[in-house]
Amino acid sequence: MAEVLVYVDHVDGAVRKPTLELLTLARRIGEPVAVALGAGAADTAATAAEYGAVRVLTADAPEFADYLVVPKVDALQAAYQAVNPAAVLFPSSAEGKEIAARLAVRIGSGIITDAVDLEQGAEGPVATQSVFAAAYTTKSRITKGTPVITVKPNSAAPEAAPAAGAAEALEVSFSEQATGTKVVSRAARESTGRPDLTEAAIVVSGGRGVGGAENFPVVEALADSLGAAVGASRAAVDAGWYPHTNQVGQTGKTVSPQLYIAAGISGAIQHRAGMQTSKTIVAVNKDAEAPIFDLVDYGVVGDLFEVVPQLTEEVKTRKG
Amino acid sequence: MSLRIVVCVKYVPDATGDRHFAEDLTLDRDDVDGLLSELDEYAVEQALQIAEECRRGDDEAEITVLTVGPEDAKDALRKALSMGADKAVHVEDDDLHGTDALGTSLVLARAVEKTGYDLVICGMASTDGTMGVLPAILAERLGVPQVTLLSEVSVEDGTVKGRRDGDTATEHLEAALPAVVSVTDQSGEARYPSFKGIMAAKKKPVTSWDLSDLDIEAEEVGLESAWTKVDGAEERPARTAGTIVKDEGEGGKQLAAFLAGQKFI
Ligand SMILES: Cc1cc2nc3c(=O)[nH]c(=O)nc-3n(C[C@H](O)[C@H](O)[C@H](O)COP(=O)(O)OP(=O)(O)OC[C@H]3O[C@@H](n4cnc5c(N)ncnc54)[C@H](O)[C@@H]3O)c2cc1C
Repeated sequence: MAEVLVYVDHVDGAVRKPTLELLTLARRIGEPVAVALGAGAADTAATAAEYGAVRVLTADAPEFADYLVVPKVDALQAAYQAVNPAAVLFPSSAEGKEIAARLAVRIGSGIITDAVDLEQGAEGPVATQSVFAAAYTTKSRITKGTPVITVKPNSAAPEAAPAAGAAEALEVSFSEQATGTKVVSRAARESTGRPDLTEAAIVVSGGRGVGGAENFPVVEALADSLGAAVGASRAAVDAGWYPHTNQVGQTGKTVSPQLYIAAGISGAIQHRAGMQTSKTIVAVNKDAEAPIFDLVDYGVVGDLFEVVPQLTEEVKTRKG
Repeated sequence: MSLRIVVCVKYVPDATGDRHFAEDLTLDRDDVDGLLSELDEYAVEQALQIAEECRRGDDEAEITVLTVGPEDAKDALRKALSMGADKAVHVEDDDLHGTDALGTSLVLARAVEKTGYDLVICGMASTDGTMGVLPAILAERLGVPQVTLLSEVSVEDGTVKGRRDGDTATEHLEAALPAVVSVTDQSGEARYPSFKGIMAAKKKPVTSWDLSDLDIEAEEVGLESAWTKVDGAEERPARTAGTIVKDEGEGGKQLAAFLAGQKFI
């Protein structure tokens, strides 16, 4: 059976959830061969194998952390040459997409980014994408070279399928470009203790209607009662009320949770681009004409400072 | 020393218009107004700021805006010129219809080389295709450092520095020129063109190149030789109309009942 390279996104050996989804999707196309790079790479092997990796190629070198993107492209190119895969899959993170794109140029292949589903077609993998702020769904394939595809988080439910994968050292020689962009310093983002925005099953977002940073705890309290991640519209981010890492939309994160709750968000096209594929959408907005109500499964026209705290209390009561 | 900045911009359909596909599954440009991608305005703005800083230090700087696109794409160049860029290059060729990101990056790379550059600045992504990978591809093709997705950027003594806010960390990056940079919408609001700027833009030079000027064969670009193929496009079914209630004091409880019914609580 053909092998499929899967780039492992991990933090010091802890595999992030989108990679498990990717391994699950990869099995529709062939046998997953995981590639993990940097500190803790070998520690990913057990998890990768649990989700179906038949082999786990690992490499660690200071270059992976000290320089931007290119050392990883060199490593993926080495893995590509060693494995001669039927496809190469990456999670659609900023870095995943950049590595994928440069690899595609090097190996003379086409690239598809931000797939939301993947299946095996008669002429290779077929990727489903959501375009024009999710107004359309397209099906595309790559017509030149080995398909390189990046897949968005929450595109599949991770399913375990234990395989034999064990860590094997991948031989990497770095190109001249590898040391071009130096990472002078890196500050890891502080964990909020809440689920990751792109991975969460429930997201509660606040917009301009929240009115100020001092009011965001109203949104956070609801999120915490539901075990949800917190999102924000660009208006709220631009006003400095909430960090940009929490922005949902075209220039923020794309989320596709089971439940999306928008409080004080009007539903501009750029915001919709980031949340329209959510399964169930709920909104609280005091303007009955707000476009967000066109999307909702359930909407409450009212003041979020009345409705949201009442909802939070009720959730807590019901959960006991 | 003169700093040569090339800003790559895209002419895109207005996102608030009704964007759809033409029969050959390329973007239908006829029915929607086009404009300079808002995300590229941030690139023009940072180019202007870098050039201004340079001139304050008594160095010279020159900003060229570059676009690949149909005739109307000149509007995007005009806008950038009216914001303050010095000159423009428009690559236009009928054979370019349907070119994908890899093909476009080839054209941009050749055009950037022909223009001459120390620094290439791009927006973080286009507002229509939204792949966000073009700057990385351009750096790969040009063989120069990639310093991308910056929310802060500066140039000093032949070095470009910037801050990249990633998913899990914030990084400070540094690379020697020449380099390719992309900036995010966190890099600072773009200026509005002044009346004077708009008038001045009319007199600024716009050079037109076609594929032969760039030594690119028609077979290397266009829909037929695209590296990817769209087999089908379907309009997403409209979401079925939901229940909307007016809060009469029990809105939060009603919402909770709905969520419980959906098994979220
Ligand atoms: C290139 C580009 C990229 C963009 N990217 C993004 C993006 O990634 N994400 C994004 O979100 N936006 C993005 N935008 C901005 C977008 O166009 C909107 O401006 C933004 O989404 C508006 O945010 P908002 O809904 O919070 O604010 P508004 O549109 O001002 O809406 C606020 C809403 O709150 C309601 N409200 C006010 N007070 C209350 C109250 N007490 N109780 C209940 N409701 C209340 C109001 O009725 C209103 O509907 C982008 C724009 C551009 C041009």
